[in-house]
Amino acid sequence: MTLLNIRNLSVDFDTAGGQFRAVDGVDITVNEGDILSIVGESGSGKSVSMLAMMGLLPWTATITADEMSFDGVDLRGMTAKSRRKVIGRDMSMIFQEPMSSLNPCFTVGFQIKESLRIHMKMDRAARHRRAVELLDLVGIPDPEKRLKAFPHQMSGGMSQRVMIAMALACKPRLLIADEPTTALDVTIQAQILDLLTDLQKETGMGLILITHDMGVVAETAQRVQVQYAGQKVEEQEVRKLFAEPHHPYTSALLAALPERATERHLPTIPGVVPGQYDRPEGCLFSPRCRFANDTCRKTDPPVQPPELGLARCHYPVNAKEGVA
Amino acid sequence: MNTVVTAQNLARHYEVGGGLFSKPSVVKALSEASFTIEAGKTLAVVGESGCGKSTLARLVTMIEEPTAGTLNIAGKDVTPDNWDTLRDTVQIVFQDPYGSLNLRHRVGAILEEPLKINRPDMSAKERQAKAREMIELVGLRPEHYDRFPHMFSGGQRQRIAVARALMLEPKLLVLDEPVSALDLSIQSQVLNLLLDLQERLDLAYLFISHDLSVVRHVADDVVVMYLGRPVEFGSKEAVFGNPRHPYTKALLSATPSTEPNPEKKRIKLEGELPSPLNIPDGCPFAPRCWKAKSKCREQRPDLMGEHPAACWYPEG
Repeated sequence: MTLLNIRNLSVDFDTAGGQFRAVDGVDITVNEGDILSIVGESGSGKSVSMLAMMGLLPWTATITADEMSFDGVDLRGMTAKSRRKVIGRDMSMIFQEPMSSLNPCFTVGFQIKESLRIHMKMDRAARHRRAVELLDLVGIPDPEKRLKAFPHQMSGGMSQRVMIAMALACKPRLLIADEPTTALDVTIQAQILDLLTDLQKETGMGLILITHDMGVVAETAQRVQVQYAGQKVEEQEVRKLFAEPHHPYTSALLAALPERATERHLPTIPGVVPGQYDRPEGCLFSPRCRFANDTCRKTDPPVQPPELGLARCHYPVNAKEGVA
Repeated sequence: MNTVVTAQNLARHYEVGGGLFSKPSVVKALSEASFTIEAGKTLAVVGESGCGKSTLARLVTMIEEPTAGTLNIAGKDVTPDNWDTLRDTVQIVFQDPYGSLNLRHRVGAILEEPLKINRPDMSAKERQAKAREMIELVGLRPEHYDRFPHMFSGGQRQRIAVARALMLEPKLLVLDEPVSALDLSIQSQVLNLLLDLQERLDLAYLFISHDLSVVRHVADDVVVMYLGRPVEFGSKEAVFGNPRHPYTKALLSATPSTEPNPEKKRIKLEGELPSPLNIPDGCPFAPRCWKAKSKCREQRPDLMGEHPAACWYPEG
């Protein structure tokens, strides 16, 4: 069943230098039990599109979409009050920096119980039981004692576990993890990723994993969506994406992984991601693309059919004869 | 081959806390680090946060004095007395190119500053010529000489940081996580630049990183550190192909691979790094190790064997 459906989402920011389009016509679909990964470099709009959906962007942002619905409920015209009833309960988010996302003035027990009080209307004893259960679920030893701890008394991995416990408190149907492991060490990263996938399997919720680490994507996601400069450039099932990328950007990005290098010199992508003032005409990737020609530099690329990974490109790579 | 750096049992301990009546406790940030780096070679140091990687960098760059052990750079023993004469043979590139460049200086001024201080007899014209040459060497354009750091992207800033480090023609470059703040597509550009420069200038690199896939690409030798001690040392092929210390093995298996392969069995490490104030007796890795026996909890193993690993029951 479709849980989240976003069509043609765009986000513009009012800046001193004029309008800046951070997200440009992005489609996102998540079904129940899905693990969708959104990958992209910094500035590709992956976090902004999620924040737009959660209604967490500042007033300078203008959000437009043809459709933006969660579980059949339209999120676009929602008042802040009714939005708060959904967010934190059916849909919750884990942020990148566990240390700075927790409030240093309150114990972690208070912070976990807060959402239980507001959303679930549980009484004090039930809240406490559920909080202990949650900390146990995310693998924190001695949960009774840990509920009284303040965030500064915990390590990064522990704080991230607390964040996950908070996000899971009301049994959400969709969990958005925004770079959940970027600030953590690899051995802790492995623990947290295993925890997230196990929990996802157990509860059958939808999971959106935002990351820039191709390794994390390969090991956790089912479906991958690649973003570049605010646009979705490709979407494929994870194994197919790594085996046969269709957009030249994806293909170049995968080739640039040191792990896949065959020679001492790594293949590179020349240039940098376009910023506010140097957005090219036509295909946004054309200035850096090996295959670009005049068509790419003048006209916006079409979105290819699903067999070609919905690649936003005039000349998708790895195309079989007769498909394009 | 000529050896650029030799370190013997380097250690750095910090005293923390303490007051009028309480004794300060000692954090052993680094102990018993021994290694050599030859010209044109790269030694990579890997480990998680708190394992002493950056402390090692601070000792080698002569920012801090070791508590014990000897350091020999370019054939001279390092003591605080000759720091100022030796410092120009070792330069460092920091992790964050946004924080390590002075925003109020133009690129030219940033590059010429080390010359102003260390080469007082150089004329302004010579300095400028040298800076322009370096700008070209690291793949920037001549007009960048007059620009400010905020006008550059992350990758370009890291090029400026590398150029600044090379201005004094050092023999050893300490690279403290040089690419971990950069995006993937930019990361490969900077890695290629570093490899090119090494070949051209016969530089020795001390490459500090937590990203094993990057280390596997650039390193010749690898030291794996855990809680301030080297636990395994060997050539890249030996460490990655045949890891002997259980921690190395766990680290390798925890690194996400880009080949989607759901059948892969991951070694799960229980728990987290112990506090460096309170390092367990015996093997520091024993509380998290899946094959720890009573001997591990009592006696600390030293680096042993031909491909040295600090473990009583090594793998392989």
